[in-house]
Order: sequence, then C-alpha cells, then structure tokens
Amino acid sequence: MKRLYTHFGDRIFAWALLFLALGVVALALLMAWELYQGGSLALRRFGLWGFALGTEWDPVIQKSFGAWPYILGTLIVSLSALFLSFFPALAAAIFAAEYAPRWLAQTINFLLDLMAAVPSVVYGLWGIFVLAPWIRDRVQLPLYMWAAEQAPWLLPFLGVPTGYGLMTAVLILSAMIVPFTAALARDAIALVPKEHREAAYALGATRWEVMRMAVLPLARGGIIAGAFLALARAVGETMAVTMVIGNSHKLPYTLFGGAATMPSVIANEFTEAVEDLHLSALIAVGFLLFWVSMGVNLAAVYILRRQERLVKGVL
Amino acid sequence: MVSSARTLERDLALRRRYRKERFMMGLVGLGTGLAFLVLFLVLAYALAQGASALNLDLFLKDMRPPGETGGGLRQAIVGTLIVDGLGLLIALPFGLAAGILLAEYPDHPINPYLRLLSDTLNGMPAILFGLLAFILIVKPMGGFSGLSGAFALGFLMIPILARSTEGVLSLVPKEIREAGLALGLPRWRVILSLVLPTARAGLITGVLLAFARAAGEAAPLLFTAFGSPLLELNPMKPMDTLPLRLFAFAISPYEDWHRQAWAAGLVLFGLITLTSLLARWASRRRF
Repeated sequence: MKRLYTHFGDRIFAWALLFLALGVVALALLMAWELYQGGSLALRRFGLWGFALGTEWDPVIQKSFGAWPYILGTLIVSLSALFLSFFPALAAAIFAAEYAPRWLAQTINFLLDLMAAVPSVVYGLWGIFVLAPWIRDRVQLPLYMWAAEQAPWLLPFLGVPTGYGLMTAVLILSAMIVPFTAALARDAIALVPKEHREAAYALGATRWEVMRMAVLPLARGGIIAGAFLALARAVGETMAVTMVIGNSHKLPYTLFGGAATMPSVIANEFTEAVEDLHLSALIAVGFLLFWVSMGVNLAAVYILRRQERLVKGVL
Repeated sequence: MVSSARTLERDLALRRRYRKERFMMGLVGLGTGLAFLVLFLVLAYALAQGASALNLDLFLKDMRPPGETGGGLRQAIVGTLIVDGLGLLIALPFGLAAGILLAEYPDHPINPYLRLLSDTLNGMPAILFGLLAFILIVKPMGGFSGLSGAFALGFLMIPILARSTEGVLSLVPKEIREAGLALGLPRWRVILSLVLPTARAGLITGVLLAFARAAGEAAPLLFTAFGSPLLELNPMKPMDTLPLRLFAFAISPYEDWHRQAWAAGLVLFGLITLTSLLARWASRRRF
C-alpha cells in the first residue's frame, strides 16, 4: 500500500480496520476448513468420490453414507425451479423497467422486496397446509386413478400420492427465487443507454422489437447473473424445501415422489445424529454444499463484473 | 399494379409485426402476474389463518404443552429479539470495518479479495453458517445455546453489512472529505467525524435490513439456538425464536399448534415488515 498519510492516528486506524475486515476473509476460510475438518471422518472412510457418488445412506444398519441422492435431488430441484421461475421473473423485470407507469413499477419493486423478505418457513408453512394437499388431491390422485386403469406399469413411477415430494418443492422454490432474477434483470435493463432504444425506435421498430434487438442483448449479462444468483439461492434454500420435499433417502426417481436435498438432509438429521460418523457425514454434505454454492456464486459475480465493464464501455 | 401489391405486402408485414407486439406484451403481462401469484396466495392464507389466532396472549404468555389450548409465543418473540440483536452486535464491527475499508481506501490491496468474499458469502446457504457456529461454539461449549445462534446469525450478517456500508459510503460526496482534509484533519477524523455521520441514515437502513434478513432464518438455528418452550433470558441456554417455533409447530400433528404456527408466521412477518418500514423511513430522514 502506498503510504499517503503519515499521521500516526491514520496508521493505527487503517491497521484496526484491516484487522477487523480480515474477519470476512477469516469467515470464508474458517468455513471451508472447519467443514472439511468436520467431515473428514466420513470423507476418509468413503473417499471423496465414494462419498459424493455413493447412493446408500443408511445411518442405522449398514452405517454407510453416500451423498449422491441429495446431490441429485439438489440439482433437480434447483434447476427445475430456476427453469420455472426464469421467464415470469424476466417478464416482471421487463414490465417494471420498460412498460409500467411509474406507480405500477414502484409497486412491482415493492412486491419483489416483499417476496424476498417473506421468511422461508412461512413459504414452507403454506406448502405444508395448502400446496401439498392441493397437489395430492388435484394432481397426484387423479393421475394415480388414471394410471391404475389405463397404464398400471406407470404406477411405480408415480410414487405414493402424499403431496410431499419433488414437484411441491420445485413449485415453492420457483416462487421464492423470482426476486433474485427479477431485481438484477430489472437493473440491467434500466442501465441500457436511452440512445440504443431511440435509435431502434427511429428505425420504426415496435416496442417488442426494441426490447429484443436493442435492450435484451445489452442487458444479457445482468440477466444471466441474476439467474445464477437465483440458482445459488435455490441450491441453499433449506426450510421450505425440508418442509415439503418428503425427506426420502432413496434416489429421486419420480417427479412427485419424496426426495431430499443437501441442505434439507442436514436440517433434518443433524440433531438426531448421535454417532460420530453420521455427524461427520452430514458435515461432509455441508462441505460439498459449500463448494457447489461457491462455484455458482463465483460464476454470478464474474458475469456481473464483466457486464459492468461492458455497459461502461458502451457509455 | 406492381406498387399496390408491394404496399399490400408491406401492410401485411406491418400487421404481423403489430400482432407479434401485442402477443409479446400479453406474455409479459401474464408472466408478471405469474411471478407474484404464489406471493399473493401465501400472504392471503397467512392473513386469513393467522388473524383468527392473533390475541394478546400471543405476546404475553409462553407456549402450552400439546393438548392444552391457549398459550402464546412470548418466549419465541423475546428470543428472536435477543438472538438477532446479539448477532448484530457480533457482526457490526467486522461488517462496518470491511465496508469502510472498501469505500474509503479504494486502493487497499486487500479490497478485491474482500469484495469477492463478501459477495460469495452473501450467497452462501444460511445453514452453512449454522454448521460453522455449531463446530466453533456449540461443540466447545458442550451444548446448544442462544449465544451460538447469535454467532450463526452474526456470521450471516457480516457480508450483508459490509456491502451495504460500502454502498452507502460511496454515495457521500467527495467534497465533504476534501473539505475535512483541507482543514488539516487526519484521515481517521475525516472518516469518523464527517463521512460516517453524513451517511448515518443509510448506515441505519443497512443495519435494519440485515436484522430483518436474519430474523426470518430458522435453518442456522436448528442446531445452535435449538429452541425452548419457556421464556429464557440467559444466552448460555437454548433459546426459542419465531422461525424455529413456527417450524416445530408446523410439522407437529396438533391442530391447535398448526393454528399457532400461522399466528407465528404473521407475527414474524409483521416484525420483518416493521423493520423494513423503519429502514425505509430511516433512509429518507436526515439524522
């Protein structure tokens, strides 16, 4: 650091700031290290790949732990939720940034804030008492009845119609991550210079054509970053998912059946884990979750930084 | 009649484009509605179900054992405030310092790493902060406690505070710093006596938003604060919080507890909304 200030108090102040700010760095390093340490018993027993790709999770009889059902569950749930929520979120962003009158745009922004502020457990509560019974009665049971008569071979793939499973979790999760995509997409669209729009309008383009040809291509980075951020949230979302996904140890092989995700298995079993190996296996799941989420977040940050440079370059 | 045929062609193309315009506008409107559908449903149910369970007892009495009706959520409300408040105290010095360093010392060699780590930690699953607090606090202390929950929430708030502080300080006009330096003030006085007071409203907003964000978390508290059926004021003992109690009630088999879970949801949502409104009010006001 170039020393611009020689005042004694300045040096002490700067060092004190640095010391405290290093807490952020320490937090990240500690998390990586302690999760690795805590999970090392399970990781050593089964090997990293054996643990990550093992499909048997049996804390009681065989005492064998493989995290693959949860990794797969996390991938399916979070990617499907992202897929379901992306276009509605993008539509809300386009509407708020471009077409809505001022008061309506402000209302949408307020709703996005509200949506992000509703606690996960409240979404879960709604899932348990409203969405899951609805899916059971209106979707699963009719499907089950139909399959029983017309296509009995389908039955094993439908699972027991309880309402708690992948589908319910995906639906709730897709609503929960809308604000993350929408807010970043809205900001990216609002940052596109006015001249770009005006040039396209001057050529006689319709509003949609302006959007598609002049605005969206420039805002693309921000929109994609928003999707990655939403994905990161979906990967780590715990309570709502735990409450409705059915918490099954088996590989998720049906859309409606029970499953589990990495965070949900930790939330569900952690206080019940009495044996060291079980506890260690759960922390090892956390260790894997840390790196998955780190990867997705880094991608989002990288895309966003590149986007910022791009827009600055245009201006 | 070559020219009229061409006009007709152009006319048709134009109509097709307008049709597409209307169609896409319709899709955008529909998508916007869909985006908020679940939010409306959740809020409507929470209001309808929770309102009937709202009464004074909720704030004045502790919960009752299963089977007995009545009782309240006092222990969870007080616990939320204690655990969250302690968490904020833990997070404040680290978050503020990181934010000040990022905004006031733009050339500091540690800044790129600080910013990157703050951003990535910001998106980390909350439950991982709970695991960290479990390993660092619960295990050495030998048991669940409100304090370990406060550490979990504190860890969670540090990166949020860092980024919001940086954002607010970067809005302070450069002239204020220049004026202070021109008067011969050392830099630390400029920051403490000029920059921070100028940004006070924004700083308070950031703190309140971090508080609100942490108040809704249950996942990191499952195996740290753990929950307790009675009012607990000693942070060395397990403590209840609203999200934890809501979760426990929701997965229980008792009708009366389900009703109370909706009430807990409403109280929790009210607490968070109140904090956010305060934050909004603070950001408009000059202190």
